Amino acid sequence: MTTRRPDIAALRRDHPGAFENPVRRHRVALAVAVVLMAILVAGFWALGVPASRFVAGLGKLGAFIGHMLPPSTGTWAKFLVYLHALAETVAIALLGTLAAAVLAFPLGLLAARNIVPQAAIHFLSRRFLDSVRGVDELIWALVWINVVGLGPFAGALAIATANFGAFGKLFSEAFEAAKSGPVEGVIAAGGAAAHGVRYGVVPEVLPVLLSQILYYFESNTRSATIIGIVGAGGIGLHLSEQIRMIEYQQVCALILMILVVVAMIDAMSSRLRLAISAPRVR
Amino acid sequence: MRFKLPDSAVAPLLAGHASAVAARRRDATLFAAALGCAVAAASVVAEVDIAVLAANFHRLPDYIARILRLDSGAPVWTDPAEWLWGLDLWLLLMGETILIAYVGTLTGAMGGFVLCFLSATNLVRNPIVRITAKRVLEFCRTVPELVFALVFVQAFGLGPLPGILALAIHTIGALGKLFAEVVENIDMKPVDGAVSCGASWTQSIRYAVLPQVMSNFASYALLRFEINVRGAAVMGFVGAGGIGQDLIEAIRKFYYSDVSALLLLIIVTVMLIDLATERIRHALLGWERTR
Repeated sequence: MTTRRPDIAALRRDHPGAFENPVRRHRVALAVAVVLMAILVAGFWALGVPASRFVAGLGKLGAFIGHMLPPSTGTWAKFLVYLHALAETVAIALLGTLAAAVLAFPLGLLAARNIVPQAAIHFLSRRFLDSVRGVDELIWALVWINVVGLGPFAGALAIATANFGAFGKLFSEAFEAAKSGPVEGVIAAGGAAAHGVRYGVVPEVLPVLLSQILYYFESNTRSATIIGIVGAGGIGLHLSEQIRMIEYQQVCALILMILVVVAMIDAMSSRLRLAISAPRVR
Repeated sequence: MRFKLPDSAVAPLLAGHASAVAARRRDATLFAAALGCAVAAASVVAEVDIAVLAANFHRLPDYIARILRLDSGAPVWTDPAEWLWGLDLWLLLMGETILIAYVGTLTGAMGGFVLCFLSATNLVRNPIVRITAKRVLEFCRTVPELVFALVFVQAFGLGPLPGILALAIHTIGALGKLFAEVVENIDMKPVDGAVSCGASWTQSIRYAVLPQVMSNFASYALLRFEINVRGAAVMGFVGAGGIGQDLIEAIRKFYYSDVSALLLLIIVTVMLIDLATERIRHALLGWERTR
């Protein structure tokens, strides 16, 4: 039995790309990579990051990690304080997310091109949402502290405000992605425009919106852990305090507690999301 | 001719419909009740006080009106030179913020790139390697970047370095997970082909996996860059470089018109970067489709 020799010339003719010089073939990708790395190096240089400081810092960081073990909250009383702060964190995330979703729903409708055809309303509501979204949660927290004082309420309001901008945009995109058939059907059957939205759009997008809300709830639980740094309630206050006092055993315990709570919320929310999306698979 | 089912055949259908509707109603009611209880409990824990909010709500528009006025009381837009008096410095700081975000995103994306293959179920059979990689990514993602920044400020001193590192580590976690999900959804036939031709693990990734995932990776990295610019803007709150330091000082020391100027600068920058990355991402996806 003879092995069949491949006809190289024919292959070369049929697949010229595969035989091209690899550098030539990937010249665009290579050029992009070179430019990206050049900016990276220039960035390090422009930001003035000396290598010696990096190395010295790594040594210190190693020492911190040594100080973290074993994790401990000191006393049980402190553990209970931390638990309450964690509950505050989850409460801030839950209330903030829900309030944002409820407030963003009507504005999302306004900002959806297929529901409100007036370009001016559409444009204004989009830009309004963009500005709200452009300001970070921590900045909103500082603003709300001026209004309702220090504490978790300000944190919940900050999460609600920042998410309101994000939800408004996401919701309006979901509304725009809805098929126009059901709406036309409702209107053809004699429904008003509002009926078209209620029975044509909402049933289709509701599962999408709910799963986005749950996804944001997960991410807000993470953000709510830091909002306390500026005094807006939750575990962040304790965390930043313990880091500043270099109590690394406590820091480690706090981080572990956060990891556990976030993992629990994630597990719960991903089960809920599956339950919501499952009936949609037909 | 009209076709009509006999009543005896309609009745069970109607009953079935009624019971299905009732079941959905029951589920919805139960869900609403559970949610209501959770909200009530959360309101107590989070010290929600609607009365305080209602009584003081006017302070929010007051504050916004206040930051839009100069010290002289004139609206800021009547005297842009006075309002944007520190523009040169602020633009420099904004540039620093963008650079921190860029460097943090790129280094983090490289870390996530390495870890995503190690944590992909379809590429790594060894459960110890895979689960370790997954846990590392989860840790990097869950600890907020500002917490990393606080710790790094103590280790590396004030300045952009702790900010870069904090963003990089958070980016490793966030992008590593998204990248791994992309890798887990690839078509495995090219990988099987490469392996059956004698390719090593890294060669099969280079020639069978990378061509399928690169444009998605780039798109996710661009999205992350956008998020990291926002993140870098508040890094200065804890002394980790960028424009945040000036912003929190302006807020804390009641330099009202500076607050609005800095916020305007941040919002405009973020919007421009949003627009730019969106265009690049669409171009990437379009380019992918035409290949």
